[in-house]
Amino acid sequence: MKLDFGQIMPSLPFILNGIVVTLRFTVLSALLGFTLGTLLSLLKISSVKPLRWFAEFYTSIFRGTPLILQLALVYFATPQLIGYRISPIEAGVFTFSLNSAAYSSETIRAGIMAVDKGQREASLSLGVAYRPMMLDIILPQAFKNILPALVNESIALLKDSALVSTIGVLDLMRRAQVVAGQTFLYFEPLIVVGVIYYVMVMGLTQAANVLERRMRRSD
Amino acid sequence: MIRIEHLVKSFGPLEVLKDISTEVGTGEVVAIIGPSGSGKSTLLRCINLLEVPTAGHIFVGGVDITSPKCDILKVRQNVGMVFQHFNLFPHKTVMGNLTYAPMKVRGLSKADAGKIALDLLEKVGLSEKAEQYPSRLSGGQKQRVAIARALAMEPDVMLFDEPTSALDPEMVKEVLEVMKALVKTGITMCIVTHEMGFAREVADRVLFLDGGYLVEDAPPDVFFTSPKSDRAQQFLEKVL
Repeated sequence: MKLDFGQIMPSLPFILNGIVVTLRFTVLSALLGFTLGTLLSLLKISSVKPLRWFAEFYTSIFRGTPLILQLALVYFATPQLIGYRISPIEAGVFTFSLNSAAYSSETIRAGIMAVDKGQREASLSLGVAYRPMMLDIILPQAFKNILPALVNESIALLKDSALVSTIGVLDLMRRAQVVAGQTFLYFEPLIVVGVIYYVMVMGLTQAANVLERRMRRSD
Repeated sequence: MIRIEHLVKSFGPLEVLKDISTEVGTGEVVAIIGPSGSGKSTLLRCINLLEVPTAGHIFVGGVDITSPKCDILKVRQNVGMVFQHFNLFPHKTVMGNLTYAPMKVRGLSKADAGKIALDLLEKVGLSEKAEQYPSRLSGGQKQRVAIARALAMEPDVMLFDEPTSALDPEMVKEVLEVMKALVKTGITMCIVTHEMGFAREVADRVLFLDGGYLVEDAPPDVFFTSPKSDRAQQFLEKVL
C-alpha cells in the first residue's frame, strides 16, 4: 500500500477553499429550508383542509423521490422549461431548501403540537394575535424541543450537500475529484475531504450542545 | 358588564351547557360552583371565547362577542383569565411574562409596561422574583404571577378557572389572599372554584351548575344555608 499525501499538498489550499463553498451552501439551504418548513408546518396544523392537503402532498413528493433526481430535474429541466439558465449553486440551494423544508416541516409540526395547549390559551386570553403568538410564544418553545432533531437535519444536509458535485458545484467533494483527476491519486484527496466533513459535523454537534444548554437556562 | 342569553355549548353530540342565561354586574364577584363535568369551566371559557358558543349570545361591556363582526382580540384584552395550571410562558422571565402582552398588544413602551409590572409584582408580593424564570417558582408563586400577568392588561373583568385546584394545600391561602385583595379593588370577577369557604366569603352571588343547567343563582348566604334544589342540597352535603 502506497500513500502519498505529499503529492496533493500543493492542491490543499484548493480543497480547503471548498469548505467555504460547502458551508455557505449548507447554511443557506438550512435557513431557507427551515423557514419554508415552518410555514409548511403551519399549513399542516391549519384548520383549512385544502392547505393541509397541499402541505401533505408537497411533503410526500419530496420524501418519495430521490434527492439526486430532484437536483437533476431542477438543474437540467429548468432551462428547458422556462428558459432560465440556472447556475449549479442556485439549483442546489433551491432543491435542498425545498427538500429540507419537506423533512423539517414534519419535525416542526410535531414540535408545535408538543407545546402545552395552555400556552396558546394564555396568549389568546391576553388578546395576542395569531402571528405574534406563533412567533413569540409557540415557536420558540417548539424549536427548543426539536433542536436535536433540527441539528440532525442540518448534519444530513451538510453531508448530502456533496450531491451538488454531480451538477458541477465546486464544493469539497468536487474539489477532491478534481485533484484526483489531476494527480491520479484517489485515496488521499478523498480521505482529506472525508476528515474535513467529519470535523465539520462534529463542530456542528458541539455548537448545538452549547446552544441547547443556553436554551435550557429557563428550566 | 357580562350578559349571557340562552347560551348553549356542545362538543359534538355532547351538550355541555344548556340554555344558560344570567348577568354579572360591574364590580360584582360571582362564584361558579358545581360538581365536575357540570360545565363550569366551559361557561367561563365561553366568556372570552376560548370556547365558541354553539348558540345564544354573550355580551361583554355591551358588545355581543358571539357576533361574527366582533373583534374578539379587543374583547379579550379587556377580560383577564387565570388558569388552573398557570400557563406562564416558561421561556420568559416573570418580568417578561408580565410585560409581553402590554407591549405587544397594547403597544406600551418597555418602560411603561415595566412600571405596571413592578407595581403588580409588589401587590402580589413577588417583587424580588422579577428576573426569575417561572420554573424557579413554587406553585403558589406561579399562580400569583399569572394573576399579575392578567392584571397587567388592566382588564375590567377577571376570570378565574379553578385557580387553586392544582396547588399544594399550603399554597392555596397565599393565592386566595391575593384574590381577596383584588375583590377590594372593585373589579368584576367570575371564579370557578371548589373553595366553598372562599366563595361564601367573597362572592356577591353563587351560580350553581349541574349537568349543564344553571340550577341556582343566589347570594351566598341564601345558597349555602337554604338551597332551593335537591341537587344543590346533595352537593353541599358532600362538600361542606
